[in-house]
Amino acid sequence: MSDTTILSIENLHVKVADEGLAILKGVDLTLPGGEVHAVMGPNGSGKSTLAKVLTGHPGYEVVAGTVVFDGRDLLELEPNERACAGIFLAFQYPVEIPGVSIANFLRTAMQSRLVEGEELDLFDFQDLLLDRMNLLDMDVSFAERPVNDGFSGGEKKRNEILQMAVLKPRLALMDETDSGLDIDALKVVAHGVNTLRCEDPTMSVLLITHYQRMLDYIRPDVVHVMVDGRIVRSGGPDVAVRLEEEGYAMLREADARTVVQM
Amino acid sequence: MPKNEVIERLDLDRYKYDFRTEDMPVFRTEPGLSEDVVRAISRYKEEPDWMLEFRLKAYGLYMKKPMPEWGADLSQLGDVLDQIYYYVRPQDRMKHSWQDVPDNIKDTFQKLGIPEAEQKVLAGVGAQYESEMVYHSLKKEWESKGVIFDSIEDGLKKHPELFRDHFATVVPPADNKFAALNSAVWSGGSFVYIPKGVHLETPLQAYFRVNQERMGQFERTLIIADEGSRAHYIEGCTAPVYSTESFHSGVIEIVVAKDARFRYTTIQNWSRNMYNLVTQRALVRDGATMEWLDGNLGSKATMKYPSCYLVGEGAHGSILSIAYASNGQHQDTGGKVVHAAPRTTSTIVSKSISRGTGRASYRGLCKVYEGSTASRSNVECDALLINETARTDTYPYIEIGERSANVGHEATVSKIGEEQLFYLMSRGMSEDEAMAMIVRGFIEPIAKELPLEYAVELNRLIELEMEGSVG
Repeated sequence: MSDTTILSIENLHVKVADEGLAILKGVDLTLPGGEVHAVMGPNGSGKSTLAKVLTGHPGYEVVAGTVVFDGRDLLELEPNERACAGIFLAFQYPVEIPGVSIANFLRTAMQSRLVEGEELDLFDFQDLLLDRMNLLDMDVSFAERPVNDGFSGGEKKRNEILQMAVLKPRLALMDETDSGLDIDALKVVAHGVNTLRCEDPTMSVLLITHYQRMLDYIRPDVVHVMVDGRIVRSGGPDVAVRLEEEGYAMLREADARTVVQM
Repeated sequence: MPKNEVIERLDLDRYKYDFRTEDMPVFRTEPGLSEDVVRAISRYKEEPDWMLEFRLKAYGLYMKKPMPEWGADLSQLGDVLDQIYYYVRPQDRMKHSWQDVPDNIKDTFQKLGIPEAEQKVLAGVGAQYESEMVYHSLKKEWESKGVIFDSIEDGLKKHPELFRDHFATVVPPADNKFAALNSAVWSGGSFVYIPKGVHLETPLQAYFRVNQERMGQFERTLIIADEGSRAHYIEGCTAPVYSTESFHSGVIEIVVAKDARFRYTTIQNWSRNMYNLVTQRALVRDGATMEWLDGNLGSKATMKYPSCYLVGEGAHGSILSIAYASNGQHQDTGGKVVHAAPRTTSTIVSKSISRGTGRASYRGLCKVYEGSTASRSNVECDALLINETARTDTYPYIEIGERSANVGHEATVSKIGEEQLFYLMSRGMSEDEAMAMIVRGFIEPIAKELPLEYAVELNRLIELEMEGSVG
């Protein structure tokens, strides 16, 4: 394990809370700071569950294993504590919050990161928000719309990336951000993520996706393949290319015990 | 001794045969209600005979009418009504000290950032809040335009004909048991007259009325907006009203004349032991518009249904209301619109939030009389439940006697969902903050109609209410 490791997952077993259904069955993953890792896999393999568990979703129960984020036991932290520690999840299905403007929502999120008694400078915040909207090619009026309320699928995804760009996480988890985006929107989103990485080269990204397409714009350092709650293969970007060409069928030949470690 | 105290003593002496004073230098009627109490109130106020007769007749009606058996649970109210004082001179009502005010109320004042002088007024232990500079310049403006803005007592004394022409014409004593009670023992409240064609930019705020009785248990307000006038009246504020009394029964009557436009805003946060039973009604004439903006927090039980009687052609009524019911509270609120003329229109938007064992009920009436052709009404009520134990009900009554009327009713109930909370928390907000944000968003369509300072206070109050709502 490198000493710049930001996230280290060992033997993570997770089931649906209040049910017996096991979803993650021993996940191991190490993410060095500043790298982009992609997690690919068929539907129901546990990719999205992994992202939610890392964020602290109450619907799942960790049965075994450890997750260390930036030297801290992540599983001990509440979802908001994880966020303040630097974890951000770009949701696959962002939730609507009627009556709350994006600007107000982000201002509150920024304020919650400050120590008690400290007040967010509203002018600085306004400048930051405008700058980030500019980066993502968004109209200023977007910030006054209620969070995700009446948004198209693409608008919701762009709103997730706007939040990420404002909150500047240390680890960005992107859960199928590419689904529902047309190619132009995908390019804008990728440009935003790449710009954030230029601004802060220590920022790490865990990209969850079905398709190679996203990886053409955000180049991963490592691609992990997840099947049935385990990572069955890890490799360079070529793994994703092979998957795209041959489909997940190629993995059915591979036995979980013969995982290729790079 | 300051001069006004001397005068108060003199007053006391003058009336000592009317009122029991005993050892305590307070000025109030006997506990419980009787014809003598009603007579004593009228005598103390030096009212004309017609008002005494009016009060006595109303007292008779009150005694005859049964307790309502619908709405909030009033089964304990009988005991309360036997024990309360029906009239306490306001100067005496303020005799308790700042030390007696419960810590939770003081704490809320602090958190709301209310200046200390104002805190004391709100808690009933200080003199009337006088924002003198603002008040005096506004007062000049009002006077130059012929606007009357007085206590209800002064209204009766100084403008007897105008008063008598309109008093109890919108809410007659026979209307309901508590309107009858208020008619018998009313005290405190405002008298407002906006002359023809006068437009007021600055809202008339009840707390501007310096050194007058206000917020009485049986307050009575009469407002007349004459033809083509426009004004906005604001009563109350979001800070908790601390009162040792446990019963409040007000009557608000508004006459909106032809082509006038009037808005009445009230946000009230009563202490938790309070029964709050209020009749608010407006008579809306040809082409006129009446808007009620009504917020109800606190109290043990509230029954309050602002009403618009659309009696002139093309009249419009609008009722926006928010109710917040927390542990042990029942907010039975809503609105009434009565269409009694052609081309009348109305909208009711009601939002309620219930938390813990709180219960919020929407109760609304939409009545369209035959001949009210081409009238339209739209009702929307949305309830938000904070947790599993909270309760909400909807009781819409719709009576339509006109074929050409168009009436719509929409109701939604939503619960704060795990996914919504998780989404906000994943951005860094604590669970309490997340809840408060969802609630703020829910009431936003109404909060945005409030003057800014009230909207800010309301939001902060909701945040305070939401603290500790988790788990």
